[in-house]
Amino acid sequence: MSAPSNMRVFVPCDALSIALGADEVADRLVAEAASRSLDVTVVRNGSHGLFWLEPMVEVEVDGVRHAYGPIDADDVPELLDAGLLEAGPHRTSLGPTHSIPELERQTRLTFARVGVIDPRSLDDYLAHGGFDGLRRALTMAPGDVVGEIETSGLRGRGGAAFPTGIKWRTVLGAPATPKYVVANADEGDSGTFADRMVMEGDPFCLIEAMAIAAHAVGASHGVIYCRSEYPHAIATLEYCIDVAPQHGWLGSGIAGSGLDFDIEVRVGAGAYICGEETSMLESIEGKRGMVRPKPPLPALEGLYGKPTVVNNIITLASVPWILANGGAAYSAHGVGRSSGTLPVQLAGNIRRGGLVEVPFGITVRELIEGYGGGTASGRPARAVQIGGPLGAYFHDGQLDTVLDYEAIAAAGGLLGHGGVVVFDDTIDMAAQARFAMEFCAAESCGKCTPCRIGSTRGVELIDKIVIGERRSADVAQLEELCDVLEHGSLCALGGLTPYPVRSAMQHFPEDFGLGDRNSDQNFEQKVGESN
Amino acid sequence: MWSELRALRDGVDLGTPPRDGEPVTLSVDGVPVTVAAGSSVLLAAGIAGCTVPKLCATDTLEPFGSCRVCLVEIEGRRGYPASCTTPVDDGMQVRTNSEMLTKLRRGVIELYLSDFPEGDIDGGWSQLNDTLDQVGVHRLADDHPYRSGANHQSGVLDLSNPYFLFDQAKCIVCSRCVRACEEIQGTFALTIGGRGFGSTVVAGQDESFLDSDCVSCGACVQACPSDALIEKSLFPGGYERADSRQA
Repeated sequence: MSAPSNMRVFVPCDALSIALGADEVADRLVAEAASRSLDVTVVRNGSHGLFWLEPMVEVEVDGVRHAYGPIDADDVPELLDAGLLEAGPHRTSLGPTHSIPELERQTRLTFARVGVIDPRSLDDYLAHGGFDGLRRALTMAPGDVVGEIETSGLRGRGGAAFPTGIKWRTVLGAPATPKYVVANADEGDSGTFADRMVMEGDPFCLIEAMAIAAHAVGASHGVIYCRSEYPHAIATLEYCIDVAPQHGWLGSGIAGSGLDFDIEVRVGAGAYICGEETSMLESIEGKRGMVRPKPPLPALEGLYGKPTVVNNIITLASVPWILANGGAAYSAHGVGRSSGTLPVQLAGNIRRGGLVEVPFGITVRELIEGYGGGTASGRPARAVQIGGPLGAYFHDGQLDTVLDYEAIAAAGGLLGHGGVVVFDDTIDMAAQARFAMEFCAAESCGKCTPCRIGSTRGVELIDKIVIGERRSADVAQLEELCDVLEHGSLCALGGLTPYPVRSAMQHFPEDFGLGDRNSDQNFEQKVGESN
Repeated sequence: MWSELRALRDGVDLGTPPRDGEPVTLSVDGVPVTVAAGSSVLLAAGIAGCTVPKLCATDTLEPFGSCRVCLVEIEGRRGYPASCTTPVDDGMQVRTNSEMLTKLRRGVIELYLSDFPEGDIDGGWSQLNDTLDQVGVHRLADDHPYRSGANHQSGVLDLSNPYFLFDQAKCIVCSRCVRACEEIQGTFALTIGGRGFGSTVVAGQDESFLDSDCVSCGACVQACPSDALIEKSLFPGGYERADSRQA
């Protein structure tokens, strides 16, 4: 039997996979293949988002990809011995990639290509529907492109959930020039990584989206503001921004049209607040990252005081699919005013963490138990924080809440950027509430008083509450402080910090010394453990 | 001397600079008022004779929106926008007082007081004192939970400039000095260093005022609402920092 020729083996180049040893796996595969004279090309793809299986190696046999994982570099010889190149059986075999249950059940629109393609290959991108959306957009009038986004019902995925179409329409209607498109890749929410996965796994999609936005609103220059903690994403973006103009996908006369548009990557310096759009604009302008009051809206007076589209990476990455398939096809997914899909990021104490793109409307329980497989520790889930470090904590009785902006808000929370962090019954919720205030104190820009001083007072108050010398007075003061933060802060950092604090206190009073310990089994359990 | 100096500041500070847009009519606490488009709600309220407390706003500087004392309620809008950074609209109905506004303003002032030398409040005549009068809070109760928290009461006391001093213990980080240096004098000698609770007024590259690019124009001293920047000549016997009584 002759050895198979020109085989493609995929090893992710995504930062998480690299952290788990994907580079060593790839190197070992190349070395082993050479020593065995096998005709193998190792392709570095993005991650499919099945993080508990990373590094996941795939082989393409007769057009079907078969997965193995997780793979350690030392597994490589035996994997080849087991017949990797014929998709032979091995203890790490996962079968055809597309049939892995957690992947098969997803609705991948925004993440359709992530994990599938070689992110640095323009040919691969084009072979998987790349630039179809831009091609169609360029045949349409700018107002009609905006209309397609309006029809889709797409809302901002960065956290504020503002209708993208309205924002674009505002910029389109603004008379001032030049106009800008700014992609917010300062993904600072703990437990979130969707933006990173797009930039590392499907970077041309972001370029295509920004070009579509540029055509729709009349912008001439784009900026991707990426956090410095994402070096792999920055390198990939810079590579692709260099390649795209060489093939007419950026620069002057894009795709033979009259559209002139270029993009630069700007790197943040480690401030969470620079993910807030107005601080980000200040930072891009070379100033201290401080929040600007609104109005004026960035759509009218944004970067350098000019009309600017500021969108999150996931918002933008949803745009090419919408333009290629139509806004109505997108809004066919989801429920109510939450149209389309949401790339949810499962993290924390969870068995199968990673990225799950699902239509709005499924329950939090389905996400955590169905996709996530419950806690990694095997202990009961006690709390779930939805929407990043400023999102509310949900208790186990709220897990049937539906994934939908309005339903989550009605339950006292916010969906934010789609981060879902799970905690088991050993978590100390007073410590979590303290962390929320501590986070606000560490990341406050220092401009407005509630956030600048209030966050530090909040940490002190929670410490006092836990010590319990004057608990009721301290709790009352914390409540007042939360009102001042929520209603008095200049931006959402101070404004939302009360969400995790209040929800922790409301749902888990026993952790603050406020509940009746006899009625709380978790409390007994914890006391038992600590003894 | 203090009362004479105080009399010099009798003019009403409208909070934000005047604008020259088309006339816009709105109502503040039921009082109709017409101002130029582009004006702030704070300015309109001042013209209507309604006193909205403020700290970071002054009519010689562009609105900044940091102190959160000038919050108001606007019919049909959510939340409590800062009146200094909110432009007027035709037909707008503004409320400058409500139970919630009082609560929020007091809450903000308590935060300021938790990091301000208590001994410097009685008898003080800075704009901060006016604001404390307007909000009706002058000190934290003896058993207030904010007492004994982290503070800047032993922060920098910069006596390097021959004409004025900077006492960080009295600085409320409103950035009026920074903005005056930038907007009025164009010297850009001051900035805010650090972030969050650690934010402080910094001269030059974290130098003393004398070593920085400061040209001793005095714009920052004039702009300071809390006397953290103040003329040395007012302290002929030398400046002594007041007892913080916070620790």
